[in-house]
Amino acid sequence: MIHENWQGFNGGAWTESIDVRDFIQNNYTPYAGDESFLVGATERTKKLNDKYLALRRQELEKGGVLDIDTETVSSLLNYKPGYLDRDNELIVGLQTEKPLCRSVNPFGGIRMVVSACRAYGYELSDSVKEHFRYRTTHNDGVFRVYTEKMRQARHTGIITGLPDAYGRGRIIGDYRRVALYGTDALMNAKKKDLKELGARPMEDENIRLMEEVSRQIDFLDKLCQMGAMYGCDISRPAANAQEAIQWTYFAYLAAVKEQNGAAMSLGRTSTFLDIYIERDLRNGKLTEVQAQELMDQFVLKLRMTRQLRTPEYNELFAGDPNWVTESIGGMGQDGRTLVTKNSYRVLNTLYTLLPAPEPNLTVLWSEKLPEPFKRFCAKVSIDTDSIQYENDDLMRPRFGDDYAIACCVSAARIGKQMQFFGARCNMAKMLLMALNGGRDEKSGDQVGPEEPVIRPGVLDYDEVRARFDRYVAWIAELYVNTMNVIHYMHDKYAYEKIQMALHDTEVGRFMSFGMAGLSVAADSLSAIKYARVTPVFDDRGLVCDFTVEGDFPCYGNDDDRADDIAKGLCHQFITELRKHKTYRNAEHTLSILTITSNVVYGKKTGNTPDGRRAGTPFAPGANPMHGRERSGALASLNSVSKIDYDDCRDGVSNTFTITPDTLGGDERSRIDNLVDLLNGYFTIDGEHAAHHLNVNVLNRATLEDAMEHPELYPNLTIRVSGYAVNFVRLSRAQQLEVISRTFHDAM
Amino acid sequence: MGRIHSIETMGALDGPGLRMVVFLQGCPLRCKFCHNPDTWNPGGGQEVASEAIVARAVKLKRFFGARGGVTFSGGEPLGQAKFVRACVGLLHEQGIHCALDTSGGLWNEEVQALLDACDLVLLDVKHSDPARFHDLTGGDPAALDAVLAHLALTRKPVWVRQVIVPGWTQDEAQVRQMLRKTAGINRIKTELLPYHTLGVHKWRALGIPYALEGAQPPSEDTLRALRALTE
Repeated sequence: MIHENWQGFNGGAWTESIDVRDFIQNNYTPYAGDESFLVGATERTKKLNDKYLALRRQELEKGGVLDIDTETVSSLLNYKPGYLDRDNELIVGLQTEKPLCRSVNPFGGIRMVVSACRAYGYELSDSVKEHFRYRTTHNDGVFRVYTEKMRQARHTGIITGLPDAYGRGRIIGDYRRVALYGTDALMNAKKKDLKELGARPMEDENIRLMEEVSRQIDFLDKLCQMGAMYGCDISRPAANAQEAIQWTYFAYLAAVKEQNGAAMSLGRTSTFLDIYIERDLRNGKLTEVQAQELMDQFVLKLRMTRQLRTPEYNELFAGDPNWVTESIGGMGQDGRTLVTKNSYRVLNTLYTLLPAPEPNLTVLWSEKLPEPFKRFCAKVSIDTDSIQYENDDLMRPRFGDDYAIACCVSAARIGKQMQFFGARCNMAKMLLMALNGGRDEKSGDQVGPEEPVIRPGVLDYDEVRARFDRYVAWIAELYVNTMNVIHYMHDKYAYEKIQMALHDTEVGRFMSFGMAGLSVAADSLSAIKYARVTPVFDDRGLVCDFTVEGDFPCYGNDDDRADDIAKGLCHQFITELRKHKTYRNAEHTLSILTITSNVVYGKKTGNTPDGRRAGTPFAPGANPMHGRERSGALASLNSVSKIDYDDCRDGVSNTFTITPDTLGGDERSRIDNLVDLLNGYFTIDGEHAAHHLNVNVLNRATLEDAMEHPELYPNLTIRVSGYAVNFVRLSRAQQLEVISRTFHDAM
Repeated sequence: MGRIHSIETMGALDGPGLRMVVFLQGCPLRCKFCHNPDTWNPGGGQEVASEAIVARAVKLKRFFGARGGVTFSGGEPLGQAKFVRACVGLLHEQGIHCALDTSGGLWNEEVQALLDACDLVLLDVKHSDPARFHDLTGGDPAALDAVLAHLALTRKPVWVRQVIVPGWTQDEAQVRQMLRKTAGINRIKTELLPYHTLGVHKWRALGIPYALEGAQPPSEDTLRALRALTE
């Protein structure tokens, strides 16, 4: 097939079948120069941005939610077109009819929606409530099947944050397909697939898939109609840069209208879009100012994404995030860099539109990235604290060169792989439960298999370890089974029609488990092994505290004695998880990522043998525990990079905060040093293979001042575990936790 | 074996690039503005083998890039010149750049050999006037002169540094004199660092009366004016 809107593009396999990667490889222009070509925002964009910032201010003043449309159930065609400022908008499309007005999406669970509305002073309309009386939600389905043990594990917080009452998210549609092919060609391809499936034996999996593909076709048609409502014919390929961005955005918009998923990531769009921009620049149809303007307006729309969530949800995932993650840069398999001028333009939006947490800008770092790009990224990090970095040299051999990051650290080939998101298991609490013979140290409930409580006296490492291993094996089985129930029901009752329509019909699936409390568990085991730890019992006969005599090595000091324990915990857990069959034969993966739930996990966990007091927040993700890194920043980075990515294919999150004065004496050396730091951290050798780094360059005093005077810091953005937040949108407990974390400083 | 106070794995201020900084224990000077008085006592700190220091540096080598490396600071690394030189030799075998952060407060053959072995010297000139030098540090200014003469001869690259202390070095004539004093060496960078009070609590912890009680760090303007002299 050849379309007139493809004029000026080089052909290839992409013209014969749906293959965006092939289009990129045949058409993109690598850029190895510096940022000097970049321009600022246009007056039009500034006006639009001011309007958005004013609305965001009102939203904050109203307690975090500006408005809720309680009458309409969110979907692609249920709202009339909405605008922020029609005269100045180059890229259009809102989730509802009014900017920042949130929609209700009860397919994940109706109770969640009712309570979220109430929390912000709204009442869900009777008509929606009535409709959902006769409709099974994902949440209904899950709780029909959940066993007593599953409920208990969830209730005590051994496993928390499971997507059993909200959209699972972390699925990235290949939104670029709509721009490149238009919806007609995509529908035809799906119809062809459906026909082929029809020739197969009608077994469970085939029937399920056929129904899914039918629904995908239905939603591609709806997407086309949604475009038409805004006056765009997206049945055909985009003809220019503006259309390419608009079509891509419509596809993303359809996804966030259909799904209130925890993380609704964008993919890897900037280099793809650069091809259209380059073609228009070449033909004299676009200037650099206009190119930046289009990207600014695209990014502004992404920043306006909103979902309705409950305060309890916000406690886990603070700051109202959507993880509109955009993966930038990286290298191609043929050795050319995937950095283009548009990689610069998307980062430049942090200046043209001011810093902000969304989209979640993720630089795919490779040793071989062009030097000027590395330096520009470092500069943007130092100026804005809004970028995260992930190791392209580690992921490219495993995911090819057209993968993207979902949420924070989860890689997948775009349009070819998806994941079943699975929150996380609290490994520190698991250790306490093992010592207490399967009883929860807080409630005293018997949750795990019953064993006698550990005997009094100094703990013997081997004995504790044998006991711990038995309980890890137990929780792994329960965790896999729980996830199977959740994702069976999510597929059944809240299937992602439009996102999966923008995947190949036959997809690879991951089942992505998680672990919280890694550093606490590792240090606790290290204490038991290298110091003398004696349990203290309460009147229930349960271990409630520990006395620790002597020193022990802590994870985060480049000391193998402790680091090997941490590394071993990851290996042990994934090995146990892999023993159990998953729904749809998904591949087991593990992440060491907490988002901001490290605060809640800490709250739910008693005193631990490492000396941490009950209720104290855990370190986020794979970070060493605050204040225990006594050897400086590089030792800490080394410790984290010892964790084996092949045990944790769903990502290993590390958040790094350093004061500007510690990073270097002047701007130039700060940039040089941050580049060296990233190059070093991401170097793969026999012992190290680091995956992810959030970089913050700021002073503690700035955060303390922002706590006292939030009105002065509306755009203060900081990286937390795997994403960025507006600091002033965090709860006070979360702000204090961020401030208590290790700031690497010189004194 | 040597005695060290501590190791900081990420130093970005003491020499070029990212550096592991080894703080050696023991110092012949007693600077009134010292922010690390806990490194004075030559019997304090911990004993460590040169191989152990090198092993730690090798683990961090991937961060050093083309510019970074190891800096020996203190305390006064010249006080353990033989030990430091052994470390430098082993580090050079690993291709690691070595800088020496010293006040030039000692002079002997071992010191000379160490100066020759290092790739870069960060020379902290406490004061340019010999008498005031002695008053401020309690040390012998002749050692510094000998070190300077040797550095002039060997053309070793040097970063000259001085802490601007109010009432002592915070004075244009003093800075000019310091620049003249170091004009003959291969001075590739000159850094004037503001006096700060972040080390005062360490004096208290050690039970030593703080000699510069009440002194205020120089203002940005003062510092800028003095820095202009160095450009």
